[in-house]
Amino acid sequence: MEVELLEIQDFISQYAPFDQLPAEALLEVTRSVEISYYRADSRIIDFGDKIHDLYMIRSGVVEIYRRNGDLYNRLDQGKLFGQMGLLTRNKVRFPAKAVKDTLLYCIPEFIFNDLCERYEDFADFVEAEDSTRLKQAVESKSDDANALTTSKVKTLLTREPLMLANSSSIQSVAQIMAEENISAALITDPDVDDQQGNSFVGIITEHDLCAKVIASGLSVDNPVSEVMSTELISLDHNAYIFEAMLIMLRYNVHHLPILKNKQPIGLIEVSDIIRYESQNSLLFVSSIFQQQSTEDLVLLSTQLKDCFVRMVNEDANSHMVGRAISEIGRSFKQRLLELAEEKFGPPPVPYCFLALGSMARDEQLIVTDQDNAFILDNSYEVSQHGEYFEKLASFVCDGLAACGYSYCTGDIMATNPEYRKTQSQWEDCFADWIDNPNPQALLNSSIFFDLTGVYGRVKWAEQLNGFILRRARKNNRFLACLARNALNRKPPLGFFKDFVMENDGRHNNSINLKRRGTAPLADLIRVHALAIGSQSQNSFDRLEDIIEAGILPKSKGADLQHAMELISLVRLRHQALDIESEIEPDNNIEPENMSDFERRNLKDAFLVLSNAQNFLKYRYSANKL
Amino acid sequence: MHNFTNKEILNWDAFLHVKAKESKDLRLQKFYNTGTYHDETKLSDIDFVALDFETTGLDSQQNSIISIGLVPFNLQRIFCRKAKSWYINPQDNLKEDSIIIHGITHSDLEDAPDLRRILERLLDELAGKVVVVHYRRIERDFFDRNLRALINEGIVFPVVDTMQIEADIQRTHSQGIINWLKGRRSESIRLANSRLRYSLPTYQPHDALTDAIATAELLQAQIRHHFSPDTAIKKLWL
Repeated sequence: MEVELLEIQDFISQYAPFDQLPAEALLEVTRSVEISYYRADSRIIDFGDKIHDLYMIRSGVVEIYRRNGDLYNRLDQGKLFGQMGLLTRNKVRFPAKAVKDTLLYCIPEFIFNDLCERYEDFADFVEAEDSTRLKQAVESKSDDANALTTSKVKTLLTREPLMLANSSSIQSVAQIMAEENISAALITDPDVDDQQGNSFVGIITEHDLCAKVIASGLSVDNPVSEVMSTELISLDHNAYIFEAMLIMLRYNVHHLPILKNKQPIGLIEVSDIIRYESQNSLLFVSSIFQQQSTEDLVLLSTQLKDCFVRMVNEDANSHMVGRAISEIGRSFKQRLLELAEEKFGPPPVPYCFLALGSMARDEQLIVTDQDNAFILDNSYEVSQHGEYFEKLASFVCDGLAACGYSYCTGDIMATNPEYRKTQSQWEDCFADWIDNPNPQALLNSSIFFDLTGVYGRVKWAEQLNGFILRRARKNNRFLACLARNALNRKPPLGFFKDFVMENDGRHNNSINLKRRGTAPLADLIRVHALAIGSQSQNSFDRLEDIIEAGILPKSKGADLQHAMELISLVRLRHQALDIESEIEPDNNIEPENMSDFERRNLKDAFLVLSNAQNFLKYRYSANKL
Repeated sequence: MHNFTNKEILNWDAFLHVKAKESKDLRLQKFYNTGTYHDETKLSDIDFVALDFETTGLDSQQNSIISIGLVPFNLQRIFCRKAKSWYINPQDNLKEDSIIIHGITHSDLEDAPDLRRILERLLDELAGKVVVVHYRRIERDFFDRNLRALINEGIVFPVVDTMQIEADIQRTHSQGIINWLKGRRSESIRLANSRLRYSLPTYQPHDALTDAIATAELLQAQIRHHFSPDTAIKKLWL
């Protein structure tokens, strides 16, 4: 007699990690289930209790708490809890409470252990709790890919093809081509009208007009059908760009009609492909240095967004995008300084131009303001040299603003005399910040702890970094202050659940992924990096150093890497989407514009951030002085 | 024999032992001899078993049981591992309309045993536990009548009826002139509707085992909301 627990099996099989189990394992789980009802506001498990079941929520809502009573997570239908307790000697680590009338499926320990042993996916899911899912989410995105092999020709199309009748005179066709400023047109035969209404019969190019008309002295009154090419080579709009390139090379043609349902929807030229390639960040950087004026740079900077979108669409990871965009930003600064020195003459004393914040960390994205400063030679005298550096600063900062790097709202810019200091003044300044930390002062200056030299005596920036590291590393009070600041911005946990919004109210229906995600992550990573004396600036590089130093609990470093990568990816993917739909890109994301996939994984990432903040608080608490 | 009311039977345990002496069937003797709980026993100390029958019709004189589902449980847990279900070959001819309701077909029942063949196993599952049903007229009457037809002896035992509990609660909620003025009327006490009031999920109806589980969940919820683990069983069983 086979007992069929249909309702239970159907339910369990819908949810991870059970949805991945083979049928016989699922049957075993189903048969082992014990059901339990909890009234709203009743406790399910308490801290320190013995636990012998994995809990799955059949209906209702359960809240999971930290030991200190803080809300840790809110779970609903299909979610699991208790796995941490089962994995840590059967002691409840996170108490749970029903907040609505709740029906639970309890899956006994021996089944849980057996599943962990037999199915790696299951073990990964429950052991790593939220972080493994996050890791998988990040990794599934990052197939390295080359632009030409993954982008389709339809992305190159900018306008409809010009279609002219085959009876038009050569001259009228040439006139229209000149007016439209195009180098080729498609020719149709109105008499040909097959089922698809496909009357496309030929193509005429500038080369045809030159070779077949002018060179042979043909009358321009003749119909264009006499000189057009009827040997039509075309490509479907879903073909890849590299295929277009191969066809053009093989047939030695410079124009390629692009068809959709056999109808021409556009025409691409060799130059389109070259231009496409030229958006490549390396070419972009080299072309920055070819520009001869601020105006030229401004013109070039308008292509930055396309370059960004392309990198995102090519599945570049956030590290790559951040690095490329930062490199481009640095190049703008360098070229502007070169132009400024041409204009104002060589500097009276040596200097180093500093980039601060995200550019220094190689984490710049498309929406960013400029943060910069000067380190000046110790022989600098305001009375003698002040005017030169003021002009230099204005030229660069105004130029950057014109290129889309808006002025820093906190006025942390080289134009501010405060931030034109000599080497020894900077050392004194940092020494004061570190030795006499006060949270308010540090709040405004933490950006200075990510610095890199971009122009001039860049070695000075390295030396200053070395000075900071030596000084900060052993100073617990400073680290505690910095850690406290790093906790100011909390991840928006609870944001993704409608009922949480009901209870808490006041969500304005979007979250700022920078303010609530990447920035607090970068802040907390900076504290650890300073504590271990890491020379790196980039958050991912810093994390490598932090993991190596072994100051984080096992696997938490990797969790942070994945959280950083995921939040950054979502952020830049949404900026790319904004640009493509011609909206001004920003750092905000509305939950309704998120896929379930993003929503779930973002939540996991914010959990990692929240946990890491708690750890930070504990590790650098001021009372450990 | 017949419809006992709570007032007639003051002591179920003693009553079952009397029945054991009267019974001629060995299986029933054994069942009655197991006895039941003292009527002051706390709900938290009781082992329940939820029982549900699907039948060919509503008349226990005319119609038969065609499937049985049961699941043991207590106040904390419902034990699916110990759930049982059977198809039963009906004594009357399966009527077309009940096929539609239950989704049970003739071929399901072709090889099914008749009630006698599983009686011993069924009684083993029920013995010593408090049987819980939703609408006792079905389970109690059909069990008694069908058995009477097969072995010439009926059966009787205490049951907790979640529908009766729900009816009593609804009556107190809607009683009195104030509630009447407030427009509080009794709500449906059918299984699915009753479950909704305790935020229990909706299940596909008309599968005996699913209904048994649904009944067990409902009793857990009713006790959590309206009684306490210390309530004596005599308040609930009928």
